[in-house]
Amino acid sequence: HLATSLPLPSERDHLRPRIDLIAFMIDIKSKYSLKNVEASLAHVDANFFLGKVCFLVTGVGRVNYCSVEMNAIWKLGEVYCSPVLFCELELEGIRVATAQRLLRMLRICAGHVPGVSALSFGSLMRHSADD
Amino acid sequence: DPQRTAFLLRKQWTLYSVTPLYRFSDARLRDYARLLSAFIAAEKQKGLAVEVGVELDIKVSVSSLPDLKGSDQDQAAILVQLSSRSAASSKNSEEKLIWSGWFCCVSGDDLSENVPEEFTCLPLFLANGGESYTSIVGSWFQKTFDCCFRRLAISPLNLSWMAAMWTGCKVDKTASAMELVFSVPRLPQPLNISYAIHPEDAKALWDTVQKTPGEITQEEVDVFMDCLYSHFHRHFKIHLSATKLVKVSTAIASAHCDGIIKFLQSQYLTGVLMLLTELAISQIQ
Repeated sequence: HLATSLPLPSERDHLRPRIDLIAFMIDIKSKYSLKNVEASLAHVDANFFLGKVCFLVTGVGRVNYCSVEMNAIWKLGEVYCSPVLFCELELEGIRVATAQRLLRMLRICAGHVPGVSALSFGSLMRHSADD
Repeated sequence: DPQRTAFLLRKQWTLYSVTPLYRFSDARLRDYARLLSAFIAAEKQKGLAVEVGVELDIKVSVSSLPDLKGSDQDQAAILVQLSSRSAASSKNSEEKLIWSGWFCCVSGDDLSENVPEEFTCLPLFLANGGESYTSIVGSWFQKTFDCCFRRLAISPLNLSWMAAMWTGCKVDKTASAMELVFSVPRLPQPLNISYAIHPEDAKALWDTVQKTPGEITQEEVDVFMDCLYSHFHRHFKIHLSATKLVKVSTAIASAHCDGIIKFLQSQYLTGVLMLLTELAISQIQ
């Protein structure tokens, strides 16, 4: 399910399936996208931040188009205890690899992988990013 | 001395980053001028010359600009100029400056401290004139000193820093308006938005944002730009933060994201060069 911002419209609440993972997309070329994500985060229930949220940063291929400062994004990841992934949407290989990665994360968050919980996986991802 | 660098003002300079030059000596500038001149003549013979029609006799001069440096550790700037004299007329005919390029390093200690002895650090190169001359001069330097030239692009993030920094500068005469140009992405026809702000209003806004004079933080730059964006949104319902900042013009200087700069005040020339040197060094590293 794709949404341009949160909260989701309440009219369809009863038809909506359970949400297992929220990937917030930040376009490094648009300051507006960062502001939008920051505003939407306020509408997310705290339980999601136990491994069911991640930040996906796009547009990282071209350093000279940067409108968003990287420190602001790292800080977001830290404050919300969620991993930050990078993707260049225009390159098919990276797009496919990132989609596969998100799918694997989703399987874990939905509880389809026995022995691995969203929380344990989330903290694993964060610690490997620190290295 | 502002008089000596006055010729650098109000010209459009294209920016390049240059890796350190191997075995460059500022005592051999006359030799370099001679060698470069021979190289250009040879390229002309090969048919790679530039001006169609009149046979041009190109004279090369390479000189040093000792005023353009930040610290004593910086290498003095080196100026290369190409002038032409129509070969048909006599020696008395006027020489016309057709191309200028200069290498400089202002407060480039980060780079110069980390290179071996035989290398000279002049990471910033600025060119004005025909692209083909830039390419010929560039090739000669690359071949002779084993260095590498790359176009220096300026990101929207860095342009906003320049907008904030330059707005804060004091100018004596009536300053020109501050202008920001934005390019709107993903449209079938390219669209540019130009946002002009009265220089006094811009300075007043910056003065309320900046906490410590002489120091600027990323947070202050963000607040400054956000104020400008919200003001624009209130009037036009357009989110400038979703567009790409491509050009910043103030009374001090104007900069374009393609790596083009124009210096407008000699008083702040070194300051702007310091910022550009930093950008060039981060592109090299």
